[in-house]
Amino acid sequence: MEIDNKKLYGVGALFTSPNKVSDAAAKIAEKGYQDWDVHSSYPIHGMPKKMKLKWSPLGYFALIFGLTGTSIGLFLTYWTMSVDYPMIIGGKPSFSLPAFIPVLFELTVLLAAVGTALTMLFVLFKLPNNRHPLHDTDYMKEVSVDKSGIVVEAKDKLFNREEIIEIFKQLGADKILDINLDSDEVNYQPKILEPKFLIFLVIVAFGISFLGYFVNNKLLFMTPFNFMVDQQRLDAQSKSEFFRDGFGMRLPVEGTVARGQVYYQYKGKPELAEANLINPLVPSEKVLALGKKKYNTFCSPCHDYHGTGNGRLNGQFPNPPSLHSEKVRNWKDGHIYHIIVEGQNIMPSYALQLTEDERWSIIHYIRALQRSMNAKEEDLK
Amino acid sequence: MSEFEFKYERKELKTKYFTWGIVLLIIGLVGGIFGYIVDNERAAFANVIALTWITSIGIGAMFLIAIEYIVGAVWSVPFRRVAEFLSSLVLVAPLVALPALLNLHSIFHWSHIDAVETDFVLKNKSPYLNESFFYIRFIVTFLLWFLFYFMITRNSRIQDNTKDQSLTKKNAVLSAIFLPIFAITVTFFAIDWLMSLEPHWFSTIFGVYYFAGSVLATLAAFTFIAIKMHDNEYFSVKMSNDSFYSMGALLFAFTNFWAYIAFSQFMLIWYANLPEETFWYIARGNGSWMIWSLGIIVVKFIVPYAILLPQPAKSDKKRLKIVSLWILFGHFYDLYWLAMPTLNPAGVSISWIDFVFPAFAVGLLIVVFHIVSKNKNLVPIGDPRLRRGIEFKL
Repeated sequence: MEIDNKKLYGVGALFTSPNKVSDAAAKIAEKGYQDWDVHSSYPIHGMPKKMKLKWSPLGYFALIFGLTGTSIGLFLTYWTMSVDYPMIIGGKPSFSLPAFIPVLFELTVLLAAVGTALTMLFVLFKLPNNRHPLHDTDYMKEVSVDKSGIVVEAKDKLFNREEIIEIFKQLGADKILDINLDSDEVNYQPKILEPKFLIFLVIVAFGISFLGYFVNNKLLFMTPFNFMVDQQRLDAQSKSEFFRDGFGMRLPVEGTVARGQVYYQYKGKPELAEANLINPLVPSEKVLALGKKKYNTFCSPCHDYHGTGNGRLNGQFPNPPSLHSEKVRNWKDGHIYHIIVEGQNIMPSYALQLTEDERWSIIHYIRALQRSMNAKEEDLK
Repeated sequence: MSEFEFKYERKELKTKYFTWGIVLLIIGLVGGIFGYIVDNERAAFANVIALTWITSIGIGAMFLIAIEYIVGAVWSVPFRRVAEFLSSLVLVAPLVALPALLNLHSIFHWSHIDAVETDFVLKNKSPYLNESFFYIRFIVTFLLWFLFYFMITRNSRIQDNTKDQSLTKKNAVLSAIFLPIFAITVTFFAIDWLMSLEPHWFSTIFGVYYFAGSVLATLAAFTFIAIKMHDNEYFSVKMSNDSFYSMGALLFAFTNFWAYIAFSQFMLIWYANLPEETFWYIARGNGSWMIWSLGIIVVKFIVPYAILLPQPAKSDKKRLKIVSLWILFGHFYDLYWLAMPTLNPAGVSISWIDFVFPAFAVGLLIVVFHIVSKNKNLVPIGDPRLRRGIEFKL
């Protein structure tokens, strides 16, 4: 059989044992060939060293991708937590590294892993091109069963068919064969952007987008999957078919008052409130405890825990006057009640936050505070 | 495959290192006694550091043997005697603990009954933190360790002569029983000797923290000695660098594990911000302790991580030896950080006593290793996995 050198891809040799192929690989590497490779159906440890392969650059890619992940993580946490929408969590500074380290770590690992895998597939393996001259050859059939083999490619500078066959014979090859290129492979140029692959990518992208849309917007609202959404409950501000006017939210029935929701009749009339309102609660330990709790929650930020007006928000608003002044001490309970309900100057109304009993309890507590600062002589007895 | 030829010829260990060990031991002993006379409290604290360091390596070596038996490790078989000799340190650890036990009141605040009476937290902890239960735990812990030490090493030694393969199986079973006991006792030991120095402190992860540091230190000692002995041909055979790869990989893994645990402990306490937990870290941020604390990140994590990260480093014997010594030093550094802020809350203050006890601990390690290895085979010649271990390839 005549051999057309143009179509010759290389010369292959098959070996029966992994030790033989290792020794052979070491010899071939020694001769200085560049374009050659070893194939076996399982990994042979120590082979890279025998073949005198250069260290794979993949590790550096992993390092670069990992560091990129760390930087992105740092930027993400810094930007979101300290610049774009500064948030204080648990009283810690908005930029506090210990809390971000898990994020940095995750992003480092994620980017390193994904980046390394993609680099390996698309840069080192040149993935979209799945064509290799060795595919579908007798050589590959043998190698993928129980043999190991070496191929020296024809494009190697030192390539000389007879010489290589001689070397393989000396190395104890089982079988030596020429590997020829198929006719369509001769002029084949690998392309980076294989049209087939691009079409595949587009289909995958569309497929995933459609699936995501379908699941999140359609599937979850279909009958067996919608049990969380579809409940026998009226959502706030939603329509109701039950009522004639179609409103889901109802006004109270005319002429009625809900429990504990007595109308405040002295709106805008502090004098009347002072004159007519009497504290219905008797100061007891329970009442004072409730008053203290509510006072500390709602009043103390401005008025301070002791009513001095020098509270925790000191400096952000004008300080309120002290609750120990002669004026406030002489106010009747009704006046203070009126202020709690309606607010005064920059103090807003606390009617929504505090129930009636709580307001009166707070007044008792304020009285106790006042008395603690301006005790009368009889208190000492 | 080449025919297996392995004729073990016993060689006595060189006396050079033994002499050094004796010198260090004597320095440590004399210095330690003087230390106790000059500054009783500081000496007692330094004693705790030496004790926890020695125990780390002893009990860590037992853990290493147990885990290798259970997973059927092959690469480690030729080096198993190294770990066995190291594990004999648990036998001398109670002797190291003795002076500290005699000075219990200088070390542990909770041992003062009058202080406990008026202290809400300590009073509630006193069912655990009281002297009699402390002694009971100490004795039970060490008795259990002795028991398993003697059983496992005895089987291994008998196997040298009888070549009885069933002993390997027996040791694997013993190891499986030992591991949960190890987990509990090592946690007790860590809580008793290190965490209870600050008896008000709460940390549920502290046992794991000590365990991670212990195994790391053990691996370092094991790696260093194994490589030294291999290069001086005490194993009668040259092994390829593949045999040492697992040591590098384990060192790397435990460096990361330690960092993970240390950071977990710190971050959870920092985040939750509970005063009964944070004060421990606040004390370690006090004055120059802050520098020491930040140094921990460098000493225990960044340096070993950077050295061990490249793949060739894990089977490079020279680099492994350097990083092993560094990690052993780092373990001292870590233990010092755990114990000493209780004694010197204002800042780091180093005295000569702090060096005497580590010298004693290192000297003790060398001396015990030499004495135990006397008249014993340095390779477990009866182990059925020995041949595969010697020919080990990645």
